[in-house]
Amino acid sequence: MRYLSLIASRLLKAVLVLLAILILNFFLIHLAPGDPAMVMAGEAGATDAQFIADLRERFGLDQSLPMQLWHYLAGVLTLDFGYSYRQQMPVLDLILERLPATLLLTGAAFVISLGCGIVAGMLAAMRAKRPSGSLIMGLALLFYATPLYWVAMMAVLVFSVFLGWLPAYGYDTVGSDATGLAHALDVAEHLILPATTLGLFFMAVYTRMTRASMLSVAQQDFVKTARAKGLAPGMIQRRHILRNALLPIITLAGLQAGQMVGGAVLTETVFAWPGIGRLMYEALMQRDYNLLLGIFFFCALLVILFNMLTDVIYRLADPRIKEAA
Amino acid sequence: MSEPLLQIERLTLALPEGADRRYAVEDVSYSLAAGEVLCVVGESGSGKSMTANAVMGLLPPGLRVTQGRALFDGADLLAMDEPTHRALRGRRIGMVFQEPMTALNPLMRVGDQIAEVFEAHGLLTARERREKALALLEEVRLPDPPSALRAYPFELSGGQRQRVMIAMALALEPQLLVADEPTTALDVTTQAQILHLIRDLQKRRGMAVMFITHDFGVVAEIADRVCVMCEGRIVEMGDAREVLASPRHAYTRTLIAAIPGGVAAPARDGADPAPLLTVEGLNKVYRSRGGWWQPRREVVALDEVGFTLGRGETLGIVGESGSGKSTLGRCIVGLETPDSGGIRLAGTDLRTLTGQALREQRRHIQMVFQDPYASLNPRIRVGMAIAQGPIANGVPRARALERARQLLTTVGLDAAAADRFPHEFSGGQRQRIGIARALALDPELIVADEAVSALDVSIQAQVLELLERLKTELSLSLLFITHDLRVAAQICDRLIVMQKGCIVEQGSAERIFQAPSHPYTRELLAAIPGRHDDATAAAAPAAAPRMP
Repeated sequence: MRYLSLIASRLLKAVLVLLAILILNFFLIHLAPGDPAMVMAGEAGATDAQFIADLRERFGLDQSLPMQLWHYLAGVLTLDFGYSYRQQMPVLDLILERLPATLLLTGAAFVISLGCGIVAGMLAAMRAKRPSGSLIMGLALLFYATPLYWVAMMAVLVFSVFLGWLPAYGYDTVGSDATGLAHALDVAEHLILPATTLGLFFMAVYTRMTRASMLSVAQQDFVKTARAKGLAPGMIQRRHILRNALLPIITLAGLQAGQMVGGAVLTETVFAWPGIGRLMYEALMQRDYNLLLGIFFFCALLVILFNMLTDVIYRLADPRIKEAA
Repeated sequence: MSEPLLQIERLTLALPEGADRRYAVEDVSYSLAAGEVLCVVGESGSGKSMTANAVMGLLPPGLRVTQGRALFDGADLLAMDEPTHRALRGRRIGMVFQEPMTALNPLMRVGDQIAEVFEAHGLLTARERREKALALLEEVRLPDPPSALRAYPFELSGGQRQRVMIAMALALEPQLLVADEPTTALDVTTQAQILHLIRDLQKRRGMAVMFITHDFGVVAEIADRVCVMCEGRIVEMGDAREVLASPRHAYTRTLIAAIPGGVAAPARDGADPAPLLTVEGLNKVYRSRGGWWQPRREVVALDEVGFTLGRGETLGIVGESGSGKSTLGRCIVGLETPDSGGIRLAGTDLRTLTGQALREQRRHIQMVFQDPYASLNPRIRVGMAIAQGPIANGVPRARALERARQLLTTVGLDAAAADRFPHEFSGGQRQRIGIARALALDPELIVADEAVSALDVSIQAQVLELLERLKTELSLSLLFITHDLRVAAQICDRLIVMQKGCIVEQGSAERIFQAPSHPYTRELLAAIPGRHDDATAAAAPAAAPRMP
C-alpha cells in the first residue's frame, strides 16, 4: 500500500515537472532570433512582407505568445503535438517514425556498455594486482578520455574502409528488399559500429566504477563473515561482493538510460543513422518549432521515466532504502 | 583430561616491512581443550586477534606465518591447502566478529545468510536449511524467529544481529567457536545477555571457545582460563580465577588495575552550590519527513529533561544507545536545537540569544567527541586545529598558535606536536588533542560525549586522570556522557540515568551505586561484567571443575 501511494505521488510530481518543462522549452525556443516564416521565405527567395505575414497567419505565429502557448498546451493534452510545415507531416508521426531506430541504437549501446563494463570491472577487480587487470584499466582510461566523434570516425576508417568488415553508415542496405530474419541481420550488421562507439564511454565509466566499488566492498566485515562460513571464493565474489558493489552502478545506469533519446545526436550524424538525433538537428536548423518542441518533450519524458524506474530498481536492490524514504 | 582440541605451538606471524614492529605475534603457544573457554586478553595491537585469524585462515594480506603449527584435532591448520581449510571453516570452527552492525551482508535476508552456511558445505535441501535456520534463531533466543528469518540486517538491533552471527557460527555445531570481541560494540545489558547466551550454548554443546577480549570484567564472567598478550607475546597464562585474584605479571596487574572498579568514589566536597548550568523541561523529537501519503515517524529523544550542574562539579549522564544522552549533550553545546525548554548558563538563557551574543556565550561550553579518529580534520596540523576556535573568536593568529603549543603541554603532549598531522598520533594522544582543542577557548563547562569509549583501558585511565587534573587546575565543570557505568563511577560526583529520553534517576554517584532506586538502574548495574556481586561469585565456582 505504501508502495502504491509512493508511486502515485511520484507520478503526480512527474506530470508537474513535465508541464514546467513544456512551458520553459516553449519560451526558450522563442528566444532564438528568427521564426519559421522567415526561414521559409528566405529559402523561397522572397522578401515580400505580405508573403511572410501570410505564412505567419497560416502557422498561427501572428497571435500573442501566451495565446500560442495556450494552443500548444491544449494540443499536447490531446496528444496533438502540432504539424511540421517543413516536413508536411504531424510531429507525432515524425517522431514515432524515427523513435524505433534511436531506441534500437541507444538501447543496444546501453546493454553493451553496462554488460561489458561490469564484466570488465569485475575482472579488473579480481586481477587488481596482475598485468591483465592493469591492461583492462588502461583501455578503460583510453576510451574514457577519447572524444566520441573521433572514435566514431576512426571506427569507420578501420572497420569499414580498411578492413571492410562492417558497413560504414545507414540503417540498412539501400535498395535491399530483404525481409524477416535477413533484414534483421542486415540492420544488426549496421548497428554494431554506431552502438559500440556510443557505448564505449559509458563502458569505460562502468568498468572503473565496478572495479573501485568491488575492491572497497571486499574490505568490508561481512565479506570476512562469508569467508568464515567456508563459502567458496567465486560464491563470495558473486553473492556478497558484486551485489553490494552494483548499487552505485544503478545510479549511473539510470542517468545513462535517461539520455536514450537525446544522447545520440553526434553518433547518428556521423553514421547517418535515421534517428531522433538527426531529426532534432534538422529541425533546429530549419526553425521547425513544433517538431523541436515535440522532440524536447519526448527527451524529457524519457529522462523522468528512467529516473522513476531507477528509483524502483534501487528499492528492489537495496532493502534499506524503504526505511530512509 | 583428553587431548587438546586446538594446540598452537610456537606460532610467529611476521608483519609487513615498515610496520612498527617485526612480528604481529611471536613464539605464541597455547592449547584449548574441548568444552573449555579460553580468554585471550590484550589491548589493541597486542596481536590477540591475529592468532585467531591465522587459525581461521583469515589473515589480512601482508601477514605471513614464519614459524609454528596450529594443530586442530591433529591436523596442522597452517600447513593445509585452502580447500581443506575452507571445509573446516564454518563446519568445525565457527567465528563471531566484533562489529555486528557491519558483519552481516546488508542486502541479504537473515534467513538466507544462515542457510548459506549449510549451502557452503553442500548440506541439506533448501527447505531443510530454512527449517534449521528457524530452529537456530529460536536457540539464540531472538524474539519472533519466523519474522526475523525474513528480516534484513538493518531491521535488527546490534544485540539481535550479534545473536544472528552466533546462530550462523553455531549452525553446523562446530567443535571450536572463535569469538573476536563479540560484545565490545554492545550496550552493557545486551553484553550481559550475549555473554550469558555464549556461556549457555557452550555448556549445552560442550564446545571449546576462544574468546578474545580487552576487558577483564568480561574475563571474570566467562573464562575458564586466561592468556594475557602484550605486544605479540604471551605474558601470563593460567586459571582465570587465579590470574584475576593474583596476577603475576606487571602488565596483567596494570590491566586489571585500570578497570574502573564499579564502586563510586565518596562524594567530594568543595563543589560550589551555585549552579553553572540549568536545564529545564528540554524536549526534542526527531521526525522523519513523511511523504504525502505516508505517516511521519517520530522518535522522542528528550522528554521533559531537567537538571542542574554546579560549578566545579562532574555530572555523569549514563544510558544505553538510544536513551537520548548524546542528544542532550548536543543540545547543550548548541549542535542541536531542542523543540522546547530552557538551557541557562550562569543565569543567561542560551535559547533566547542569537548572533554575536550567542557566539559570545557559546565559547564557554566546549565539547570533546567520542571518536578520536574522526573528530580531527586529517589535513589540518594539530596546532592549527586547536587554534582555529580562538582565531574565529578574534584572537590574533600568532598568539592563538602560541597558546595551542602551551595547551599541548598542558594535556601531556610535546609542544612540537603542533606542527604534525593527526594521523601521526595514537588514539589516546588524539583524544588529548581533542581536549586541548576544547580548552583553547577557556570554557567553563566541558561536555565529553563518550570521550574515552574508543580507548583501551590503560589509555582510558590516563585520559580520565587528565580530565580530573584539568578540572581542578582550571576550575572547570564537566558533563560526562557515557554508556559505561564503571567509567562514570570513577569520575563523576553525581549521576543522571537516562532511558528512552527520560531521566529515570538522579543523585550522587555513591548513592546510585550503593542503593539504586529505579529498576532500570538496577538492571544496568547488574549487567556490568565482572562486578563482584553475589551473582558472579556463584557463577565462577560452577565453571571451575572443568579446568585442566
